[in-house]
Amino acid sequence: MKPYLLVDFGSTYTKLTCVDLEKEYIIGTSKATTTVTTNVLDGYNKAFERLIRDHPEIKEEEIVGILGCSSAAGGLKMAAIGLVEELTVEAAKRACLGAGAIVNLVFSHHMTKREVKQLVEADIDIILLAGGTDGGNTECIIHNAKKLKEADIKVPIIIAGNKDAVDEIEEMYEGTNLQYYVVSNVMPQLKKLDVKEAKDIIRKIFIDKIIEAKGIKKAEEKIGQLIMPTPEAVLQAAELLSKGYEEEEGYGDLMVIDIGGATTDVHTIGEGFPKRTEVIMKGLQEPFSKRTVEGDLGMRYSANALLSLVSDYEFRKYFDEDDKCNHNITKSLNRRKDNVDFIPQTKDEEEFDKAIAKICCDVSMSRHVGHVEVVHTPLGDMYYQTGKDLSGIKYVIGTGGVLISNVDAKNILKQVNKKSDRILELRPNNPSFLIDKSYILASMGLLSQKYPRLALKLMKQYLL
Amino acid sequence: MKTVIIGVIGADVHAVGNKIIDYVLSQNGYNVVNIGVLSTQEDFINAAIETSAQAILISSLYGHGEMDCRYMREKCDEAGLENIKLYVGGNIVVGKQDFTEVEKRFKDMGFDRVYPPGVKIEDALAHLKEDIGI
Ligand code: B12
Repeated sequence: MKPYLLVDFGSTYTKLTCVDLEKEYIIGTSKATTTVTTNVLDGYNKAFERLIRDHPEIKEEEIVGILGCSSAAGGLKMAAIGLVEELTVEAAKRACLGAGAIVNLVFSHHMTKREVKQLVEADIDIILLAGGTDGGNTECIIHNAKKLKEADIKVPIIIAGNKDAVDEIEEMYEGTNLQYYVVSNVMPQLKKLDVKEAKDIIRKIFIDKIIEAKGIKKAEEKIGQLIMPTPEAVLQAAELLSKGYEEEEGYGDLMVIDIGGATTDVHTIGEGFPKRTEVIMKGLQEPFSKRTVEGDLGMRYSANALLSLVSDYEFRKYFDEDDKCNHNITKSLNRRKDNVDFIPQTKDEEEFDKAIAKICCDVSMSRHVGHVEVVHTPLGDMYYQTGKDLSGIKYVIGTGGVLISNVDAKNILKQVNKKSDRILELRPNNPSFLIDKSYILASMGLLSQKYPRLALKLMKQYLL
Repeated sequence: MKTVIIGVIGADVHAVGNKIIDYVLSQNGYNVVNIGVLSTQEDFINAAIETSAQAILISSLYGHGEMDCRYMREKCDEAGLENIKLYVGGNIVVGKQDFTEVEKRFKDMGFDRVYPPGVKIEDALAHLKEDIGI
């Protein structure tokens, strides 16, 4: 036996997955409550004890390697700043999301005092400052850089805008206490995205600094370096499963939907080009692996946000037809927000959780998926597509607490499907649904860094 | 280097002239940002903001240029591009109309230079040099 350990420090649970590299199977998984406020290793140790208890065949000294990721202490929170909303602002956002962050604040054009104040007061881990194509507008990014300096920003600032502005910004920042990093422009030419350097530096800062600030650094004593934020691990797993590895074929275009306590993440892998020749692409080029995060869609922390998203009437449409309970929607949502450890005990409570999950699925899909717009021109109607056409997606994979343990998970996931009342949304037509029952996606993303073939094989086996 | 935005406005797909304009202007020392065919007014404006362009050269070939170009100047003003030069050329209206009339209408709409059919981009180079330099 060659046990290899994968650790995910989640917002609620610290989850362990132990893989045997030799016999190529998952020996076991375990979890314990994440303990960032005291010592993050407490939770880890507890989970580890449970793993060993259930699988005495695992000998600690035989473990050949450990890799870890984290979304503990609120995950990685970023602010994205750019010039034009549809261009460099969007490019900046994509860089953050692709690196596994949640984008909590977004600013365009010249930042005002109010916006700077908002930024200072917000709980943000990293700022990404973009603006201008190379050789293009320098004035705006310099203005914003100056505002950040005046505000004496304490968190790392990544400068990923017009290269012509870099010298001036660096001169302005040199000798100050600002922690800044200069990388290549996220949009070097109009509508051309180049987010790789920005993503890499986000990951590096996450590993070097953020982990420490969030009290997760201690984990490194036991497991060595945490290598990425959890959502990035999930994205990498999804990419591998889609593309395959060498002669081991992948599943093709697919989607992963992760409904958590605070957010709902949607990942899609695939080009998403228009399926019909008369449809014309608009907007920025779409990334092959695309991730979106909805901070107002979640089972607990953000449950009450649903109140402002869907009316009481709409909410009721998500209950099963044979659900006879007269749910008090406001009360039930607030109860979950106020008590984030809430676990449904009765059938009615379960049904209510299911309805929340369905809404998370449905609304996050609407926001992630590409849309077609009909434009009336002198030459007749024309069709413009923004975002990805996902109608041909083959697999939809559900993960996250509610989905993996729910007997009705596939029914919840069906909410991503094409809807007759929203025909302009390019949703999946007829996908197969798989559930990450053993909760291994993030771990497999980690494992894929070293053993991609095995990670792929295990995903094919364990996603059901 | 001066930056100019070029593209074909509206539901217009005539792509050949656009490619030639791109080539000629680049050869003559301009940084050309080509947003291509089927471009909206907003596409031109957003491109001009990010790239700090000095001029926008709009092509319209299919006859509906007047409709597609209406309020372009107002939108530029709104977006903070008060000083940007606006040119338009191609076959900007339907059929053969008295061009002095057509030119007046487009100038009233805020365009700085208006070109009749048959005017090649080379003919506009002198104007561009005069208006924004090289
Ligand atoms: C090829 C062509 C097509 C092809 C285009 C293929 C493609 N993707 O490029 C197809 C078959 C698709 C097509 C379709 C149509 N076409 Co057509 N097409 C032509 C044709 C024959 C040649 C255009 C061309 O490529 N010229 C060569 C290039 C190099 O010249 P250019 O485009 O004029 O560009 C130069 C100058 O105009 C100038 N210029 C252009 N923009 C600007 C801007 C500035 C600022 C300056 C200074 C100069 C400048 O510089 C350019 C480079 O030198 C012309 C007729 C003609 N001989 O011009 C008709 C023509 C343009 N088409 C016409 C029409 C009506 C149509 C349709 C509406 C027909 C229909 N009913 O379906 C559709 C419209 C489709 C659409 N959505 O746009 C009419 C337009 C009439 C009008 N304006 O009053 C024309 C003039 C034919 C005619 N005499 O009736 N067309």
